[in-house]
Amino acid sequence: MNGAAKNQATIEFSDACFRAVDGPIILDHLNLAISSGETLVLLGRSGSGKTTALRLINRLLEPTAGAVKVEGRSTLDWDPVALRRGIGYVIQDAGLFPHYTVERNVGLVPWLEKWPEERKRARVVELLQLTGLDPAKFAHRYPHELSGGQRQRVGVARALAADPPILLMDEPFGALDPLTRGELQKEFADLQKRLHKTIVFVTHDTREALFLATRIAFIEAGRLVGVYTPEDFLHATEPVAAAYLAACRMGDSLLK
Amino acid sequence: MDFLHFMFRNRDQIFSATLEHLWLVGAAMSLAVLIGIPLGIVAARRPWLGKPIIGAANVAETIPSLALFGFLLPVPWLGDRADRLAITALALYALLPIIRNTATGITGVDAKVRDAARGMGMTDNQILIHVELPLAFSYLLAGVRVATVLTIAIATIAAAIGAGGLGEFIFRGLAMVNDQLILAGAVPAAALALAADFILGALEKRFRFAQ
Repeated sequence: MNGAAKNQATIEFSDACFRAVDGPIILDHLNLAISSGETLVLLGRSGSGKTTALRLINRLLEPTAGAVKVEGRSTLDWDPVALRRGIGYVIQDAGLFPHYTVERNVGLVPWLEKWPEERKRARVVELLQLTGLDPAKFAHRYPHELSGGQRQRVGVARALAADPPILLMDEPFGALDPLTRGELQKEFADLQKRLHKTIVFVTHDTREALFLATRIAFIEAGRLVGVYTPEDFLHATEPVAAAYLAACRMGDSLLK
Repeated sequence: MDFLHFMFRNRDQIFSATLEHLWLVGAAMSLAVLIGIPLGIVAARRPWLGKPIIGAANVAETIPSLALFGFLLPVPWLGDRADRLAITALALYALLPIIRNTATGITGVDAKVRDAARGMGMTDNQILIHVELPLAFSYLLAGVRVATVLTIAIATIAAAIGAGGLGEFIFRGLAMVNDQLILAGAVPAAALALAADFILGALEKRFRFAQ
């Protein structure tokens, strides 16, 4: 998955639609280009279609019309397994394998890719340090022995294991308490400064979007309302985006 | 004390009947596991096939055992040998708990874990072998445990068609109205069932993962 030139669209939705079998239209003609190295946040309320958009990128779902291109190639032309191995995937509650230790969880993709044992082990240690987990302490623990925040760190480490250029994150910090969430958001922002991955991040949390995004794509009822920089989003005049922002500000006013 | 003396005097016969019993149960269980686990996997992966599969196994379960032995008697190859017939019938009984538990175990795997596995680029077979089956393994073992205990009990009835086993004593005891003879079959059969329950139960705990 290497060789994508800088600033070229790494991921591109062209008129991408998704409709469940005999169900309603969940994503309606989405047009969006995501360039290399940016953190694009898909923001919207629950059921707006943002997770669907994300899952179209690694072909966990296939567009019912239009196309989604990754590195210039339609996802339908990719071998799904090869496509997914080159895209890190982090979900809420991490989805760690309960029967694997932290070490095996993090080393999953390297193991699938048949890396030599030594290289795999070194990579796991490196990743645990990168995500703020002491390898000596955590490598041999099982997921149920970890806190929610620690599990999510392992989830991020696992997604980064084979150094994929793209990272998809579906409300990764959504299930954490506010304090832990803030901690992880900050560390994650620092991490991204060093790694320069192309990140697509799904959240319904406006504050999280403003904090992490280089651009915010606001989605409502399956349609892309607009794409904003965080600064622009604060002054968005589009009614739905403005309403979303107002709801966020209402919370803030209580704190004053 | 009389009973213990009786057991001791007939220890050779009881021992060989116990071996016969174990052979019937072992062969039937191997067959049932070999057939039941793949069927359980299919039932979990293709819900539209799962219903008829579990339905059919359910029907087999409801046929009274003595009648099932009778029904299979005229079947060409099966009816030739009593043990062959008994093993087939016992395997049919053992299928339902194995199929059902395999399917329940696999469908019960956390959707997030499965989603992460797919998103990470695991193939369907890799997900089955490295994620679903290991996580479903304790359920699967529970099914095997229930089926084994059931089979050990039902295998005593196989003596009615001359397949041997511990049922021989029970049937002879019933005919001769001899309690000691009945117990000489029933007690070892109960001991076998308890032992199987204990061993498989311990294995089941060993393979349970906190999900």
